[in-house]
Formats: sequence, structure tokens, C-alpha cells
Amino acid sequence: MQKLGDFKLPQFFSYPPYFTLQPVRDTREKQIQLWKELILDYCKTQKIFLINVEEDFPLFSNSAIDRSLSHEARETFLSAIVGEGRAEWLDKGHRKCLILWHRIQDWADIILQFVRENGLEDSVMTVEEIRSGTESHGTELQGIDRTILMRALKLLENKGKLALFKGTSADDEGVKFSV
Amino acid sequence: MASGSSNRIGGLFENAEVTTSGRPVLRRNEVECFLLSSVDLDSEDDPPRFTALRSGNLILTTHRLIWIPSQPNAAVPSSVPLAAITHIFSHKKSIKSMFHSPRIRFQADPGSVVVTVVFRGKGDFDGLLTKFWECWRGRAWEAEEEKRESESSRSGSGTVAQGLYGNDGTVRMVGLAGILRKEQEQWESTDKSLQDAFQDLNALMSKAKEMVSLAEKMRQKLLSAPSSQNGSTDDEEMGSKEEMQQWMLSVGIISPVTKESAGALYHQELSRQLADFVRIPLEQAGGMISLTDMYYHFNRARGTELISPDDLWQACTLWEKFDVPVMLRKFDSGVMVIQNKSHSDEEVMSRIRMLVTKMETLRTGVTASDAALTLKIAPAMAKEHLLTAETKGLLCRDMSPDGLRFYFNLFPEIDPTNLHIVKDFGTYGEWVKATSLLSV
Repeated sequence: MQKLGDFKLPQFFSYPPYFTLQPVRDTREKQIQLWKELILDYCKTQKIFLINVEEDFPLFSNSAIDRSLSHEARETFLSAIVGEGRAEWLDKGHRKCLILWHRIQDWADIILQFVRENGLEDSVMTVEEIRSGTESHGTELQGIDRTILMRALKLLENKGKLALFKGTSADDEGVKFSV
Repeated sequence: MASGSSNRIGGLFENAEVTTSGRPVLRRNEVECFLLSSVDLDSEDDPPRFTALRSGNLILTTHRLIWIPSQPNAAVPSSVPLAAITHIFSHKKSIKSMFHSPRIRFQADPGSVVVTVVFRGKGDFDGLLTKFWECWRGRAWEAEEEKRESESSRSGSGTVAQGLYGNDGTVRMVGLAGILRKEQEQWESTDKSLQDAFQDLNALMSKAKEMVSLAEKMRQKLLSAPSSQNGSTDDEEMGSKEEMQQWMLSVGIISPVTKESAGALYHQELSRQLADFVRIPLEQAGGMISLTDMYYHFNRARGTELISPDDLWQACTLWEKFDVPVMLRKFDSGVMVIQNKSHSDEEVMSRIRMLVTKMETLRTGVTASDAALTLKIAPAMAKEHLLTAETKGLLCRDMSPDGLRFYFNLFPEIDPTNLHIVKDFGTYGEWVKATSLLSV
């Protein structure tokens, strides 16, 4: 059984046709589905938020059988995830893909739960504190992608659950919760 | 001229032999000259001397007039030997004839029956009339009889098979050297014919028939050669002779259907002739042959009357309309092949399945040439079969720098809700076993 770090790879990862984009519709649909599941599973356990199509990504090649995905195949599989609302292209050229193993809505719920658990209902925090503060240590919010976090916070702001404001330095924004 | 009198209808017509696709079976040295459709054969006399033959194709050859019903099973294909014809009535041009369908009348033995040939359809009627006169006056059948007589008289004299000298005092050629020398002489005269033929296109066309009969003559010579050999034949000689015979045999369709002879019915007749011809190459190729290969085989057999790829394709597409045992098939890739109607994909598919589910191939996959070896067919055909199997979901592909390989399709067996589960039964399990054996 092959492994990528501590991630256990499925058996079919060494099945050569898995790495060739299948031309027959039924077969291709099944292949795309398997890739979708594997990518999301891998990103979630490894806390990967961004896949760059043009850069090496450990999942996209298998040196044991000497196979790797073509650019077209990578884009096809990622687009399929985007189509399901579990990822987003960050540029028009489809080079950078933001992986949302939790949807933005789910991330917002996680933030609210985090706020309640820590009694922060009326507190002020910086965005950076949410990502790397002591409170978030050991939670899913630890090390969350800044783009995703901002999107979730904006969603909550629209619902009146918090207010975002500029801090003293440009790269640090403040959050005033009012849950 | 009394040959076949036993099966005559009304004392005049003989049953004409036809192939399964409805082409007349020609006799030795017989050459097809003209063809017209929608033709009736009527009796002039009252009461009629024979049952009228209605609506068929009329084929004029150097030896016979052959009438074949256009609807199979409607009537018996019949023929009149040109030798039996005693008179062809000249074509009268009168006001009355302008309103009639064009017709030819001729008188034939036995019994001086007058037959009227009525043309109901369109076509080059005058062309047929001219050719009819030409063939009748040409008396091709007499030339043959003379030859047969002279042959029988020669063999009857008993001096031919012995001694080194022929009847005319020249040194007789014996053994392989003799055949080769004869061959050489033949070729020299052929070469001359060819040079004449290429002088202009018309000359070429008039020489074409000569070419075909030449090829036929050479074949006959080779076939009859063993009788004139002295007994010192060794294996090597036999081998090379057989090879030469085979080669000669593949040279000629004696009477190719040409645009000249068949006119508007050209593609139809070509189609029938092709259906008869493909049987043997098809068998040799294992039930399926590509159109390109067939083009090569067919034109090689036709000798000088070459057809264009488009003509071949049109002839093949017409098969749908006839009751012939072969069909044209187009693969998704665009490759066109000729195959037997009985040829089944299921059988090929099950053989491919057998091939790819073996322990070894399950792990390595197969290439088109692997499949070609197992299925005993050409690699190009094997690839088409593999692609068909892929379309059906039996196989899937692996593109790598080493080329294209096909694997048994495991995707349907993998559970997308649990990527790590491998059921003990099923081909996925087999595959896991096959691959893990290697890594141990």
C-alpha cells in the first residue's frame, strides 16, 4: 500500500488508467468522481487550501508506476470539484484553485461555534488571531486560508453577526463579534 | 452447338449459371461486353414458341446472350448461345418504331425461333446493337473449337510427350528451364503488346481484353505443363512452379465489369462482382478486411481495368440493397472495413475479455499488437476492436510515453464512497492480487 506522508493512498492509485483522462463518457464520469473524492479527502487531512495546476502536486503523479496527470486532466478534475461548489478558481486562466472541503457557509458556522465555545460573543479579535491565536489552537480554524476566512467573515458580517474594521496596520483587520 | 440441350427451355434457352450475388458465371475465355436493364424477351410467333421472359438484365458476352431476372426468384436466369443465332434482323426505322420501345429481333436454332428483345428502360440501345453484331460476327466460340481440335490431334499423335524435338523440329523445352523460357517468350510478346498499348488511350482500351486473355493463357499453360515434363521433377522445381501458379491465379478476373460494358448499371454490377470476389481474401484475413487492403486486392485481380477508390466505396455501399453475405462497416474512428454478415462482435469481445483478465495482462494491459497476436488479425484491425471494447466499457486506456495500452476497466467496481474498500471477489480484487504479487 502506497502512502503520501501519513496519508494512505487507495489501491487504484497504482492503476495506470487512473492517470489517463478516459475518453468514454461513462468511464470518465466514474474516474472524475474518484479523483474528486481523493483530492478533497487528501486536502482535508493535509490542510491544503490551494492547488496550483502548473506546480507539482503530490497527488497528481505516482512515481511507482511512472504516471502523472496531464494539464488537461488536472483542470478537468478540479473543474468538476468547482462545479459541485467544493472549490473555486481564483483566476480566469484556471491556474489556481481554492479547495473548499468545507463550503464558505460551513466555515461561517464553524467560526460561530468557535466564538460561542470561547465566550467571545462581544469581543474584538484580529483576523490573524483567529487563524493562529491560542484560542484556535487545535481547532479547524488553525491555519485556515486567509481568503477563505475573509469570505466566511464577510458572510457573517452580511448577516449582522459581526463587524469588520480596519486596524492600525494595513495587513491586520479587526473583528467585533455581536452574536 | 448442341451442348446443354438437356436443360433447354422451349428448346432455345439454356439455364444460365449465376453466382450467389447474381452475376453470371462466365465460361473459359468468355468476356462480358455489354449490359442493359429492363429487358423483355418475347416470342414473335403466334402462338408463342416459349414463355416470355419479362423485366431482367440482358448481358451480352462474346459467347452468349444472358438474361437475368432483376427480381431474384422471379424467373430462371437463361441464356442463348450466340452460335445458335442464324440471323439478326436489321433495325428498321419507321414512324411506327418511333412510338415503340426500341427492339432487336433475331432468329435462332433449333426451330428457327424468332426472338424479340424489347428494351423498356433507358440505356445505350444502339451501343448494344453494334456490340451484338460485333460479337456474333466475331465467332469467338469457333476459335476455341479449332484450338481444342488442334490440341486433341496433337496429343493424339503420341509423339509430343517424348523426345527432345517437337513436331515442328525445334528443340522442345523441358522442365523448369522450359517453363521459364516459354515464360520469357511470353513476356517478350507481352512487352511488345504493352508498348503498343501505351501509344494512345484508345489503343490501350482495345488491348486491355488482349491482356486479360494473355494472362488467362499463361495460367492455362502452367496448369497443363506437368504432362509435358520428363520425370526428373524435384521438390524445388515443384515448389517454384506452385508459387508461379499461385501468382498467375491471382492475376485475373477474366471479365471485369467496366463502365463501358455496364453503363448506368456500372456500380450495381461492380458491387455484385465485388461481393463474389471478397470471399476468399476475407477468409484469409479472418472475417474482416480493411477497405484499403480490399482496394489493392481487387484492382490487382482486375489487371488493366482499374477502378477508383470512390467506385469501390460506392460498390460497397450498394451491398445494402442486395442479398449478399458481406457488408461494409464504418468504425467510430472512420476506418472502413468489409466483413462477413455472420461476423459477430460478441465473439471478438469475449476473446478480448479473456485476454485482458489474465493475471499477467491484468497488471500490464495490452497493446494493439498484443491483441493482434492473440486474435490473429492485423494490428490496425485489432486496434479497432480494442477501441470498440473501450466504447462498450470493457476496457479503459493508459497513455504513457511508451504508447497506448488498454486495461480491463476496473472503474465500475470501485466504490466512490469508500475509496479504500476492495471486495474479495471481482476483478478489482484480482487486480490488487496481481499487482501486489509483483511488489512483494
